[in-house]
Amino acid sequence: MNPNSRGFYGQYGGSYIPETLSAPIEEIKEAFEKFKNEESFQADLSYWQKEYIGRATPLTYAERLTHFLGGPKIYLKREDLTHTGAHKINNTLGQILIAKRMGKKRIIAETGAGQHGVAVATVCALFGLSCTIYMGEDDTKRQRLNVYRMKLLGASVRPVTLGSRTLKDAINEAMRDWVTNIKNSYYLLGSALGPHPYPQMVTEFQSIIGREVKEQILKKEGRLPDQLIACVGGGSNAIGLFHPFLEDKDVSLIGVEAGGFGIKEKRHSARFEGGSVGIFQGTKTVILQDQFGQIEETESISAGLDYAGIGPLHCYLKEMGRAKYTYATDEEAMNAFSILSKMEGIIPALESSHAIAYIIKEAAHLSKDKIIVCNLSGRGDKDVETAILYSSKEEVNN
Amino acid sequence: MKSINDTLNKIRQNGKKAFVAYITAGDPNLNKTVELVETISEAGADIIELGVPFSDPLADGPTNQKASERALKQGCHLGGVLESVSKIRQKGIETPIVLFSYMNPLFRFGFGELSRRCREVGVNGLLPVDLTPESFLEEERHFKNALEKERIEPIFLMAPTTKTSRWKLIEKETKGFIYYVSRTGTTGVSDKLSEGLLGKLKEVRKVVKKPLIVGFGLSKSEQVKTLAPYCDGIVVGSAIVREIETAKNFKEAKKNTHSLVTKLKESLI
Repeated sequence: MNPNSRGFYGQYGGSYIPETLSAPIEEIKEAFEKFKNEESFQADLSYWQKEYIGRATPLTYAERLTHFLGGPKIYLKREDLTHTGAHKINNTLGQILIAKRMGKKRIIAETGAGQHGVAVATVCALFGLSCTIYMGEDDTKRQRLNVYRMKLLGASVRPVTLGSRTLKDAINEAMRDWVTNIKNSYYLLGSALGPHPYPQMVTEFQSIIGREVKEQILKKEGRLPDQLIACVGGGSNAIGLFHPFLEDKDVSLIGVEAGGFGIKEKRHSARFEGGSVGIFQGTKTVILQDQFGQIEETESISAGLDYAGIGPLHCYLKEMGRAKYTYATDEEAMNAFSILSKMEGIIPALESSHAIAYIIKEAAHLSKDKIIVCNLSGRGDKDVETAILYSSKEEVNN
Repeated sequence: MKSINDTLNKIRQNGKKAFVAYITAGDPNLNKTVELVETISEAGADIIELGVPFSDPLADGPTNQKASERALKQGCHLGGVLESVSKIRQKGIETPIVLFSYMNPLFRFGFGELSRRCREVGVNGLLPVDLTPESFLEEERHFKNALEKERIEPIFLMAPTTKTSRWKLIEKETKGFIYYVSRTGTTGVSDKLSEGLLGKLKEVRKVVKKPLIVGFGLSKSEQVKTLAPYCDGIVVGSAIVREIETAKNFKEAKKNTHSLVTKLKESLI
C-alpha cells in the first residue's frame, strides 16, 4: 500500500515542514522514486543485506514457549540476529545507499534506545561517511552502552538537553541540524514517521521482514500464519512485518504499544489509548497531546517505544480495521523479557518484549492449530542494565 | 485597526522600511506580553509578531525554545494569547499583529473558531511555520477558507533553498508579506549576514512584487543597514527575546527592548 502523491494514507501523513526543508525533502523524494526501482540499486541492496546484515534472518519455532503457554504455534522472526542486533539496520542500509547516490557526505540521525543510532553509525563506518547522532540526555543515561558503541563506530553523539530529553527532542534537534546544514547533509530518519517520503521509504526498506516471513512460513507450514504480532513505537518493525500481508485478509495484524506505568495514570506511550489526531514532526497522525495541542510527555521502560507519535500508516490501518492495536505495561514487558530468556534462551529487547507480553496474555484464547508470528525486533543485551535497575526497585517495593 | 497590507504599502510609498518585532507570547507571562507589545509599539515597531508557545518548536534556535518553555510553564496557550491581543487592542494599540505558530496548536483549536476569534480580538495575520502553501491549498484548504472568510492574512515563508519555480506560488498565497528567511537554519542571533543573501534578494525582488520582509538571525545595526535597500523591511526576534530573558527585572526588560527596537529602527532609515 502506497500513499497518494502527496504522501497521505487516508487523512494521515503528508508533509508539514518549515519552508527551508521543502527543497531537500523534495530532493529525497525524487531520489527515492528514481532509485528504488533501479536494478543496480536493488542489486546493491540485496548484496549488502546478505553479506553484511546476514539476511535472511531465521524464523524460529519457539517450541518450549508454545508448550508452556499451551496455545497456538509460536514463531519468532529473528531480527535480533541481524548485524547490530535489531531491525533498524534494514532501513539505515537502504537509506544510506540512497544518500550515497545523492552525493551526501554527512549523515544526521536521531535515536531513542540507541539501536537506530548504532545502525546509522555502522553503515556510516561501512561507507566512510561522517555521522552525527542526536540522543535525549535521559536516553544516553539509560542506554550508555549504545552511546559507547556509536562512538566506537566513529559517530559523534550529541546529548539533547532541552525538552523532555527523549526521542522526540532528539528528532527536533536532528531536524534543526539538517535545516542548518542542508547542502552536504542527509537526515536518516529511523522510523516510519516524519514528513513524506520517510514513512513510505522506511516501510519499503523494512518490508523485507514480512517478505521473508511469508516465504519461510509457506515452506515450514505450507500456509500463511493466522496472526502477526509486533511492538509499535514509531512503528517501523511492525509495518515491515505487516506490509507484505496487507492483502492477505485472513492474516490478522496486531500492534502492541507501550502501556508504560499505566494508562489510567497517564504515564504511558500508547497513542491509541487516549491520543488524538494532530500534526507533529512533519506528519499528521495520532499523537498524545493536551487540550491545547501541546505534545505530552510519554513513559515506557523501553526507550524505543517512548514516543508521542505513531507512523501515519498505522493510523490508517487501524481506521480501516485492517490492524488492531493493544498495549502491554512495563511490568508485563519485564515479565515477558524474563520468560523468553528462560524458555528459549533468547534475551529479547524490551521493545520486542511488549509483543511477547501480548502473546503470553492472549495465547490461551487461541486454539493449538493456529499459527502466530512475532517479530523479535531486537536483542536485549542493551537492556540488561535497565532490567537490573527495575528488579532492584521491585524488590524495594515488595 | 490597520491591515498589514495598508501598513506596508504606506511605508513603501513614503520610501521607508518596515520594522517587524517578534516576541514569544507568555514570556515571562501574558500580562507582561501586553506591556511589552505596548513598549515595542512605542519604540517604533510597525508590525508585531507574537509567537504561540509550542512544546516542540523544531524551527527555533535555543533562545526562542527557552522562551517557549518559560511560557508553557506559565500555562500559556493559544486561547490566552488571543485574549491578550484583545487587551492590547483595548489599550488602543493599533499596530498590526501576526501570530507565529506551529500547526498543531492551531489545528487543535479548530481553524473556523480560530479565524473568528482572530477577527474578534484583532489579530491581523497568521504565520503557520510548518505549513507549505501546497498543503494550504490542498489538505488544509478549509484553513485557507476559514482565514479568507474572516479576512485574516496568511503569511508564508520563503527560504534560500526555495526553488525558483515556487516563488510565484508563495507570493500568491501569502497575503500580508513574504517572510524571507535570511539563512538556512533555525531562528537565533548571528553576527554576520549569510553569504549570497543580498544577491538572492535581488533575484527574488525581480520576480516578486509583494512586500519582502527579511528575518532570522538579525540583531545588529550594520546588518540592518546593509539589508535595508534590498527589501521592504526586517524582522528582529531572538535578539529581543534575549533582552527579555537576560534583564534583571521586568522594568529593565522593557527599557532594554525599547532601546534595542529604537536603535535598530533608526538603522533602517
